[in-house]
Amino acid sequence: MTVREIEYRDALNEAMSEEMRRDKRVFLLGEEVAQYDGAYKVSRGMLAEFGERRIIDTPISESGFAGMAIGAAMMGLRPIVEFMSWSFSLVAADPILNNAPKMLYMSGGQFGCPIVFRGNDGAGGQLGSTHSWCVEGLYSNVPGLKMAIPSNPYEAKGLLKTAIRDDDPVFFLESERMLGTKGHVPEEEYLIPFGQARVARTGKDITLVSFGRPVNFCLEAAEALAKEGVDCEVLDMRTIRPLDIESIVRSVKKTNRCVVVDQSWSFGSPGSEVAAQVHARCFDDLDNFVHRVHTADVPTPYATNLEAEYMPNARRITEAVRACLYLA
Amino acid sequence: MPITTAYKTEIQRVSILDEHGNFDEKLGKDLIPDADLVRLYEAMVTCRVLDEIAFKLQRSGRMGTYPQNMGQEAPSLGASYVLNKDDWIVTCYRENCGLFWRGVPMESILLHWMGDERGNAMPREHFATPIAVPIGTQMLHATGLAWASKYRGEKRISCTFFGDGASSEGDFHEACNFAANLEIPVVFVCQNNFWAISSPGKVNCSAPTLAQRALAYGMPTIQVDGNDLFAVVKVMRDAAAWTREHGKPHFVEAVTYRLGDHTTADDARRYRDQAEVELWKTRDPITRIYDYMKSRKLWDDSKEATTRERAAVNANAAVATAEGIAEPHRQDYFNAMYAELPADLATQLATHNTHSLGQTEEAAHVATEALAKAHASHH
Ligand SMILES: Cc1ncc(C[n+]2csc(CCOP(=O)(O)OP(=O)(O)O)c2C)c(N)n1
Ligand SMILES: [Mg+2]
Repeated sequence: MTVREIEYRDALNEAMSEEMRRDKRVFLLGEEVAQYDGAYKVSRGMLAEFGERRIIDTPISESGFAGMAIGAAMMGLRPIVEFMSWSFSLVAADPILNNAPKMLYMSGGQFGCPIVFRGNDGAGGQLGSTHSWCVEGLYSNVPGLKMAIPSNPYEAKGLLKTAIRDDDPVFFLESERMLGTKGHVPEEEYLIPFGQARVARTGKDITLVSFGRPVNFCLEAAEALAKEGVDCEVLDMRTIRPLDIESIVRSVKKTNRCVVVDQSWSFGSPGSEVAAQVHARCFDDLDNFVHRVHTADVPTPYATNLEAEYMPNARRITEAVRACLYLA
Repeated sequence: MPITTAYKTEIQRVSILDEHGNFDEKLGKDLIPDADLVRLYEAMVTCRVLDEIAFKLQRSGRMGTYPQNMGQEAPSLGASYVLNKDDWIVTCYRENCGLFWRGVPMESILLHWMGDERGNAMPREHFATPIAVPIGTQMLHATGLAWASKYRGEKRISCTFFGDGASSEGDFHEACNFAANLEIPVVFVCQNNFWAISSPGKVNCSAPTLAQRALAYGMPTIQVDGNDLFAVVKVMRDAAAWTREHGKPHFVEAVTYRLGDHTTADDARRYRDQAEVELWKTRDPITRIYDYMKSRKLWDDSKEATTRERAAVNANAAVATAEGIAEPHRQDYFNAMYAELPADLATQLATHNTHSLGQTEEAAHVATEALAKAHASHH
């Protein structure tokens, strides 16, 4: 049997298309998603299949289409909102942070907001600081939303299908750097539940906890460290909200060490949240405090040389692991 | 008479030198002195040559994503030509020609798109702002800059540029509303090039002109052939004078066309009809002035050859300068963070090459030592 491999962007496309076939309430809107098949070709062919009523090109107004989606969702529809980049969602801060995650709460349970907000997240493309946002730190702070961050094509498809079926607003963080990455995605339908981490690599010496694209850097570092006799366990958290702290605790109780790798700024981030919870839950199990690898506390540098060293990478992860194991 | 007309208006369109060489003597005579026209022409040629070189640099991996300006040289150039040197020019990314006229060095723009923040460090004396990537945000800044001038009792105005697509963003409407209602002297210049990446004009505006958007804010508005430097100069001169005199905003829609792709990351052939591009090539702002100058015997083949040669020399020199600038050091971005580098960032700077980013006890020691050293060398 051949293993089917498809690109990350096509995995997203399949997830949306399958869910749109299944549920007539689902529709896609955003800049250039229809006629142009999406700025990054994620919605390739979808206009042809679903027509203009369900695949909608919008004006360049993030606040406009995010806010409209909220109204539509309150009426029982299920919008998928594509931001060309999560960087541009910042001009839609009020609808996505102040309305969507609170609508159910503020309407006393009357109006939910089953919307998927999705788009490219993360630095690494030499696009300058205003175009390279990692929004997970900023947005995951807000109660009422869910946040998924897939690390490869398989995860992208399974998590997006779940996101579309979810009754609450889901922030779905894709990676432009990975859109062309190929990976195994089976023909058969599958869904990946939220709040259940994946053990991407089993190991006994140390637990690496990560989210999204940096999971791959952790796996890279783990391979290098294996040659030095260090056996890393790598957890791909899949969702930041809900956070599967139980899987982390279980792993840390086994390895007694933990490094969190998070591409957002360290201050008030998913990484600091994990560290705080691990310290509280595994205080007596830890051989060392939780080490963290983050981006530096500056806007994403434009220059390639600086951007590369600004982001978490295998070298810095390796170093953190050694430090945590007192090998440095 | 239960139904009357509440409001009625019309929008003027100004054209002086059209693509067939017709020249409106009444409007165009004495508008631009011949000597200036030659210089303006050379500026457009130089900008075009640089644009073509930049495109090739990107293709050969020597530059990051770059938005070509080709075809849209006239609006910003005409504006810079008539604005006072200390009026603000608040641009997005298709106003190279106007910025160069102001004196912004070509190497700055190149350096920026090569991926270097230092290219955006516009010398203060040019009254230009950093290139704005989040669409539409600069229009409010322009309004705030002019507001500050008003606050300080200065006569300075702002002139801001944006595309047809940008007029969909809330920021655009907020900027217009504020400028109009708070009486702030801003000239809003919409470069309508009919496309916002792959989105045709109708996706972003259902009205027949973009100029009429200004009517809703009670702002005078006009449309101009944006590929006609003469018309741009007239319209911008009038708009700037009106704005300065009344201390209120004015709107200008400059109808133009980008002859290149949206950026080097785009391939416009996928959504644009080649016939449309060919049509607009016949309306090129540069050839129009060239033909005019030739017909007036201001220009000949040898002058053209010299100009092209000089443009290439200058553009290549700018490339050499930009490429000769050493890579930025991490110190550069840490130092630009706050008025004074705070202790926690100093720690991160000192420990940046390690995993810890200042989170560990050792890191704190490293930083304390580094700071002490820095202080010692200071005194
Ligand atoms: C807030 C925001 N949303 C989306 C984008 C992506 N984007 C970059 S340029 C562009 C089109 C702009 O079109 P227009 O304003 O007509 O200017 P033009 O490029 O045609 O000169 C878009 C959508 C962005 N940079 N910022
Ligand atoms: Mg445009």
